Amino acid sequence: MLTLQFIPHSEIENLGSARRVKKILDLVKQDKIVLLEGRLREQEEKDLIEITMEEINNKFKGIELSVIYPNNKSNTLFKKLKHGMFKALLGYRQGLTIIGPASIVKEINKDPDKIELLTVDKGKNRKKRSKG
Amino acid sequence: MLDIIQRFIKKVLYTIFKRKKHIKLGLYGSPNSGKTTLANRICQDWLGEEMGKVSNVPHETREIQIKDQINIKSKGKELSFNLIDTPGIATKIDYEDFLESGMTENLAKKRAKEATRGVIDAIKWLDDMDTVVIVLDATKDPYSQVNITIVGNLEARKIPVLIVANKIDLKKANMKRIQAAFPQYSVVGISAKYGDNIDKFYEALFVLAG
Repeated sequence: MLTLQFIPHSEIENLGSARRVKKILDLVKQDKIVLLEGRLREQEEKDLIEITMEEINNKFKGIELSVIYPNNKSNTLFKKLKHGMFKALLGYRQGLTIIGPASIVKEINKDPDKIELLTVDKGKNRKKRSKG
Repeated sequence: MLDIIQRFIKKVLYTIFKRKKHIKLGLYGSPNSGKTTLANRICQDWLGEEMGKVSNVPHETREIQIKDQINIKSKGKELSFNLIDTPGIATKIDYEDFLESGMTENLAKKRAKEATRGVIDAIKWLDDMDTVVIVLDATKDPYSQVNITIVGNLEARKIPVLIVANKIDLKKANMKRIQAAFPQYSVVGISAKYGDNIDKFYEALFVLAG
């Protein structure tokens, strides 16, 4: 069974950066796949990776993370201005962030506007052990 | 209009860097993208010695490696920098992955622990870089969130970035996909292993960092 936990942006917008990252990571460590409306700030994404690494242990192997964010790839000035305006108004509310525990989510492929979630097949012996 | 603004920003950055004695140039990217191979190529070309050990096993580089005062020259221009080779940044590390490379369980656990520490150090060092080269494996998906997070963080802090698409010697290398993923950045395709297009890389460094 997969648990998808949706977090609206309103639930994190009044939290400080450290608490945002902690809230998300705590949910992921409960084996939930977090769907966050919008995205974290650039520094917060970096902090999320750093804190994830600090918390890796025998039970928690890390996360898989992917962000769909509207990119301004248009060449026309009007479209660039329009994109800039949306960015100014909506900021980090735009887009969708998916964060899942590495024990459940094997890989997230983004190419570039769709996301494919590949989950770990727990039925198979996925690792070959060697003794020495 | 946006091009004019971008050029103005580049000019301002160039003026700032021109005053710096030693630029800190960091090599960042996912594990096994060829950062240390590129670092070795740069050091071999300009210092006559290599910098670090390479292998096909991910997380071979698990500590920050620094080479001070590399001076590169081309067409009458000179650039001096401290080269920082970093552990590949990942969002997950599982010691069982290292078992597949033939390691014992104890060695694999030790490597995983070191790799985790290395990623943390690499992330901390990102704040200290003056210029960053993101080394991507041109045969792999460039849309990995690690790459996007690093680039996004550097862009937010206005740190100059050069994207290097490495391993262009391999059949599966796809430069166009890399360029499409990062259209706002200079992308140079190279083979750090064989030295293909390395002159273009040095030229791009001059443009990036003055």
